[in-house]
Amino acid sequence: MGRVEPKQVVLWLAVAAIVVFCLFPFYWLINTSLKSGADLSGAALLPPTPTLDNYTSIFEDDNFTMALRNSAIIAGSVTALSLLIGSFAGYALARLHLPFKFLILAIVLSISTFPPIAIAAPVFELWTDIGLYNTYLGLILPSLAFGLPLTVYILASFFRDIPRELEEAAMVDGASRFQAFRKIVVPLGAPGVVTAGLLVFIFVWNEFLFAITLTSTPERRPVPAAIAFFTGSQQFEIPLGTISAASVVVTVPLIVLVLIFQRRIVAGLTAGAVKG
Amino acid sequence: MEAGAARLPRRRRRSVFRGEHRLGAAMLAPSLAVIGLVAAYPIFYAIWLSLNEYSVITPGLSRFVGFDNYSEALGSSQFWDAMKTTVLFTVISVGLELVIGLAMALVMHRAFRGRALLRAVVLVPWAILTVVTAITWRTIFEPELGFVNTMLNTLGLPGGDIVWLGEEGYALAVMIFADVWKTAPFMALLLLAGLQGIPDELHDAAKVDGASGWQRFRRITLPLLVPAITVALIFRTLDAMRIFDLPYILTKGANGTETLSLIAQEELVTNRNTGLGSALSVLTFLTVMGVSFLYIRFIGGNIRALTED
Repeated sequence: MGRVEPKQVVLWLAVAAIVVFCLFPFYWLINTSLKSGADLSGAALLPPTPTLDNYTSIFEDDNFTMALRNSAIIAGSVTALSLLIGSFAGYALARLHLPFKFLILAIVLSISTFPPIAIAAPVFELWTDIGLYNTYLGLILPSLAFGLPLTVYILASFFRDIPRELEEAAMVDGASRFQAFRKIVVPLGAPGVVTAGLLVFIFVWNEFLFAITLTSTPERRPVPAAIAFFTGSQQFEIPLGTISAASVVVTVPLIVLVLIFQRRIVAGLTAGAVKG
Repeated sequence: MEAGAARLPRRRRRSVFRGEHRLGAAMLAPSLAVIGLVAAYPIFYAIWLSLNEYSVITPGLSRFVGFDNYSEALGSSQFWDAMKTTVLFTVISVGLELVIGLAMALVMHRAFRGRALLRAVVLVPWAILTVVTAITWRTIFEPELGFVNTMLNTLGLPGGDIVWLGEEGYALAVMIFADVWKTAPFMALLLLAGLQGIPDELHDAAKVDGASGWQRFRRITLPLLVPAITVALIFRTLDAMRIFDLPYILTKGANGTETLSLIAQEELVTNRNTGLGSALSVLTFLTVMGVSFLYIRFIGGNIRALTED
């Protein structure tokens, strides 16, 4: 070592290019969010007079704080529900002797490939008829239907890797099958539960089509829909500064999750893809 | 005596099986109920809605019109334009994502300090909401104050006066660009997992035989990566064909960025034209189903491995 090899230089240049490619746009968003007034109309790479005005103004805006609350409620509920009922289904498919398991899992997975618009249209009509339009439950259910296939698939593959003997030992000691599932399989499959939970949470937090189709008021509108409807104090002008600030605020929690759980997330993303 | 001894365990086994069936049915029921109620049933309901015409003036008033909505949809230039845009968007963006994603994966596969950090950095675009992605790129391509035009003007390059999202062709290009930015890293991670599955010994042996880097890439890496590439392509094609949020925020479908999902949603929610909107949704569904079928066929081996006893 010691001398710099040309190959190394090329590698580091490539790494630098990837980092800039991935991070610059988000940096630009943060940069814009710290500008106000005349600064906004210059492409300065650093805000000439950095200000938190945009951040104070979005947190004074009820529409934004309500959207944060709505998204937290909806994404939280969908994640919890899909882990609960998805772990049952994942266990049944991975471990129990049942007929048609292949068919069931294939159908469940094919649901996740449906275009959401094909669901949104009839669900919009149904919800208007039965009073679920513009309610939390009305948004939770469709997202749950789309989050479940992934949850079931990931959990089934994690549960399958847990040695059967552990369950059998518990059952010899008098535990029922369901107790063995709850006390042995779920705790040992915890990494899979975390992975599935993260992916579902991020998926629901990001969901847009149901969010704008199935809600009509700020009281129920989740973050992506609220951002789409964002209008600043001045009408007819895109409020660049505040929109950027709002975008940064809703993105930071996800980036923190991704940085902490990087390994788990990559494992989950590739689970459905590479084995074969 | 012997027959009795043989029968007993068998009967007990059958009762164990029956108990397991009952438990299995109970454990599957909630998931299947949700999926059936909110995903499978609506598809059939959409087909029914699409065969009717609905009065805009009197809510609830409708009449059966057979395939009228479909002939209207299939006879409209709007549908075929949206189909063209969707296919063009899918082919170009997924193609670029594959090339860029593969390049990124090859870099990330090299051993260097900070590799784990790079993998986290690469997840950032993936973690950013699509709506925010759209806003970010809209901000960057803003005609007067955007980064791109200011840069072009400062550097004295042509194009600094282009209204990127206001012109056909450019608008679609920005949309493709935004999609590539958000999902090429995802593609890279899928391909990286594939690369990690290729044994080092193969490369070492080829090196001993005097194969160049390019030869090893062509003859070893690429062929062994085909399964990973195929799944990544199917995954991304499914998503690209359903694209909705990106064009909705960038242009609301103006200037040649109207996709299938977008026209269906517009017809349904904005125009309150339930029949035609449902027909368009069903057509979108059928278009995507071909790719879904490929996906299920391709991961069939995984499903079988997970569900076999």
